[in-house]
Amino acid sequence: MIIAVPVDEMEENSPVCISFGRAPFYLIFDDEEKKFDYFDNNSAFNAQGGAGIKAAQSLVDRNVDIVITFRCGENASKVLNGKAKIYKAEKVNAKMNIEMFIAGNLQLLNKVSPGLHGHSVQGEK
Amino acid sequence: MKIAVLSGKGGTGKTFVSVNLVNSTENTDYYDCDVEEPNGDLFFQSKLIQELPVKVLLPSFDKEKCNACHECVDACSFNALALIGKDMLLFESICHSCGVCSFVCKQKAISEVPKQTGVIKIGKAGDSKVVTGKLNMGEAIGVPVISGVLDLMDEDRNSIIDCPPGSACSVVESTQKADYCLIVAEPTSFGFHNFKMVEQLARVLKKPFAVVVNKAESKNNIVSSYCKKNKIKVLDTFLFNRKIAQDNSRGEICTSVDDKMKARFISLLDNINDDWQRSLK
Repeated sequence: MIIAVPVDEMEENSPVCISFGRAPFYLIFDDEEKKFDYFDNNSAFNAQGGAGIKAAQSLVDRNVDIVITFRCGENASKVLNGKAKIYKAEKVNAKMNIEMFIAGNLQLLNKVSPGLHGHSVQGEK
Repeated sequence: MKIAVLSGKGGTGKTFVSVNLVNSTENTDYYDCDVEEPNGDLFFQSKLIQELPVKVLLPSFDKEKCNACHECVDACSFNALALIGKDMLLFESICHSCGVCSFVCKQKAISEVPKQTGVIKIGKAGDSKVVTGKLNMGEAIGVPVISGVLDLMDEDRNSIIDCPPGSACSVVESTQKADYCLIVAEPTSFGFHNFKMVEQLARVLKKPFAVVVNKAESKNNIVSSYCKKNKIKVLDTFLFNRKIAQDNSRGEICTSVDDKMKARFISLLDNINDDWQRSLK
């Protein structure tokens, strides 16, 4: 199982980034190898639009199963849909959030934020 | 001559100024580029001559041919595509119809299919052509409709372009073909703030421009003092006026029912023309 957390800094104790799409980095934890890894979310961070879609695509490409985040937009959740489950982050650092998830203490994110420009209001294919 | 009428803030009187400019002179047509809420024709009540659909191209994916190589997703500047396994996901409202996805696809798995996003109405009112762009409800990108409206401009005639509010893509597109920008500014904090954004835009686009102040309580106001300080021409100032408001609310064109207003708009046009001629030198 692969767990991903948007983070402000490239370290395990980083706070969880408040943004899903425009997080500077992602912390990746492989549950089987017990190994932390990171990737630079540069391409989504600097995107003019569609940052959430881009970030979600990067997670899907890395076969992520679980995403722990404070919020997630409707477009990004459509990309993740069926591939990764989204859990709501708590206000502790990234590593502790992962530990809480493994202990079964995180809730599924049940609220999806509408797009900034109301993009997601329209019916998408 | 092609004059773009813009404002920054909405509701400052772009349509009021545009419609009356058209109505005050011969040989002049009206182009409504405020495609999210076109309302100039409420005043002209033009006779409909023709309706043209506006279509954009959206990608369509052939799952059989796609080998999930990811190139289209990476090439999309707007992040309108996602690839999940072998399934393509298109976010239509983000797609700018640039066609790069089908261009880069080596498998020829992407074709482009037209989708109507708006309509252009061409009408006639007196000797003026009245062209109205209308974006379909729920569509996010007005630029294709605007560019369709401006393609109908007649080189032998004068054009007044009623722009959308703001200073974003749609306004840039609307001013693209203009010789001159007329900024209608409302002397409130909000109006002043957005006026300065449009002023910057006119400078970036290197268009000659001047200002008309509308809905003012006095000739000396927040906009006029800024213009004085920065050597920007204020060509006219319309004070709050019950008669204008009433005529406007009834859908009357002020210059049709009020000779003084007509004289005023004729001189405004002369001033614009003089200023434009000077800028060419």
